[in-house]
Amino acid sequence: MFLSSVPEMMEWGLRGASRSRRDALRWRLASLAVFLALWSVAGGLVELTKPFNPLFLPAPWVVIGALLDLARKGQLWVHVAATLERVAVGFSAGAVLALALGLLAGQVRAVRNVVEPVVELLRPIPPLAMLPLFIVWVGIGEGSKVGFITYATFFPMFVTTVHGVAQIDGRLLRAAQSLGARPRHLFFRVILPAALPDVLTGLRLGVALSFFVIVISEFVGAENGLGYLINDGRNFFLVPQMLGAALLLGLLGYAGNGLVRVLERRVLRWQHPR
Amino acid sequence: MKIRVRGLSRTFVAQGRETPALLDVDLEVAAHEFVCLLGPSGCGKSTLLNIVAGFLRPTAGEVRVDERPVTGPGADRGVVFQEYVLFPWLTVVGNVEFGLRLKGAPAAERRGIVARYLELVGLAAHAEKYPVQLSGGMKQRVAIARALANSPEIILMDEPFGALDAQTREVLQDELGRIQRVEHKTVLFVTHSIREAVYLADRVIVMTSAPGRIKQVFTIKLPEVRDRFAPEFTHYESEITRVVKEEVAKVHE
Repeated sequence: MFLSSVPEMMEWGLRGASRSRRDALRWRLASLAVFLALWSVAGGLVELTKPFNPLFLPAPWVVIGALLDLARKGQLWVHVAATLERVAVGFSAGAVLALALGLLAGQVRAVRNVVEPVVELLRPIPPLAMLPLFIVWVGIGEGSKVGFITYATFFPMFVTTVHGVAQIDGRLLRAAQSLGARPRHLFFRVILPAALPDVLTGLRLGVALSFFVIVISEFVGAENGLGYLINDGRNFFLVPQMLGAALLLGLLGYAGNGLVRVLERRVLRWQHPR
Repeated sequence: MKIRVRGLSRTFVAQGRETPALLDVDLEVAAHEFVCLLGPSGCGKSTLLNIVAGFLRPTAGEVRVDERPVTGPGADRGVVFQEYVLFPWLTVVGNVEFGLRLKGAPAAERRGIVARYLELVGLAAHAEKYPVQLSGGMKQRVAIARALANSPEIILMDEPFGALDAQTREVLQDELGRIQRVEHKTVLFVTHSIREAVYLADRVIVMTSAPGRIKQVFTIKLPEVRDRFAPEFTHYESEITRVVKEEVAKVHE
């Protein structure tokens, strides 16, 4: 019954899509199903024949069970919310900072000449290498975790914003000026919309990086969060909890990326209308 | 005089060497006159147009519009570029009403003006499309409507049909002629097509090759609606061709 209903569910989900899109989605879903099936078979075999302690490789249902267990105890949401809040605050601060400075540096040569060398100096340093310093400076609490996300996400968003502004076709500015545009008009009506594709690419990189670095900072001195769950699982040998939290992080990152993509499709409709 | 150009020179510096592009150009364009600047590539005709538009500063001399010196670009001089230069994130309507929005024109007024000019360039059916969905000829029609909707008294056109295929080019020349009979703008039009110049202009100004100077001025005494195959038309054409050829020959010497 389960197997026969999966293709039906796929058909339902794909109604109205074009043929090539349907084919592509079918293969993608099949690939996921095969992966889950192989994982289940491997987990089941390990459970039955016990070549090593089955704790090392829990089957998918064990992982989901562990997550449901946490949810039932009311803990899961606390951890998810803690991580999401840190990401939201840290990322937003990074975005505001990067956009403000990037839009300015993209336009004003002098600002660019002052800011860019420092950014180029710090950018190649893997942000994770700076985490201990953040803890020394800001302490082990929320401040260092949020601030660390802000620091890490600033760089890709700043660089893409500067690029977006700097690559604007000068003829667009001339055209606008000949239609009567003043400097403030140029900024809001030409520079901002022209830089938007690059800015949104930067936001997407920033979201991905947020979920990347939050885990590590929650390994250190956190009392909640999905990163904490993973580290806690390591201490108490709760492999299903570690895998479950990792899967959730993946899902959240995927959803964050999806949100920016939806935003992109809405505001950049002019690139691929209809 | 609507436009008065006096003693205009412009020198570009490339790799430490000064190259004069324009040398001591005097030019007057009367109100409602259609003037074509004609010459081989690199004769400085686009440089001259860019200085009148306010995009470039002259090295010497000055440009006056209505007796006021030009210091930068402005809404009194609409510009149509060779490569269209539409705002890709705006629809056809958004592009055409760009200048009106800057002026703060109320929505009802904007709608009326935009509808009128889209009708004039034959794009009423494509109002909600984005530039990526338009052909080259359609884009240039939008650019012309955008310039006209802003109601400047002067329109500067820099080889506006240079990137179009020959058929589209003639269609747009016909349309521009028709539009000019309605709008009576003061037009400065850069081209290297002699036929185009004779078809559209009241006066054709032939420029010398680098540095650009005015070589000869032809006043085209042909009826408003012109026939490209009339003997008088071809007479002007061959006359101007002879003068331009001397300049092209100089470039190849």
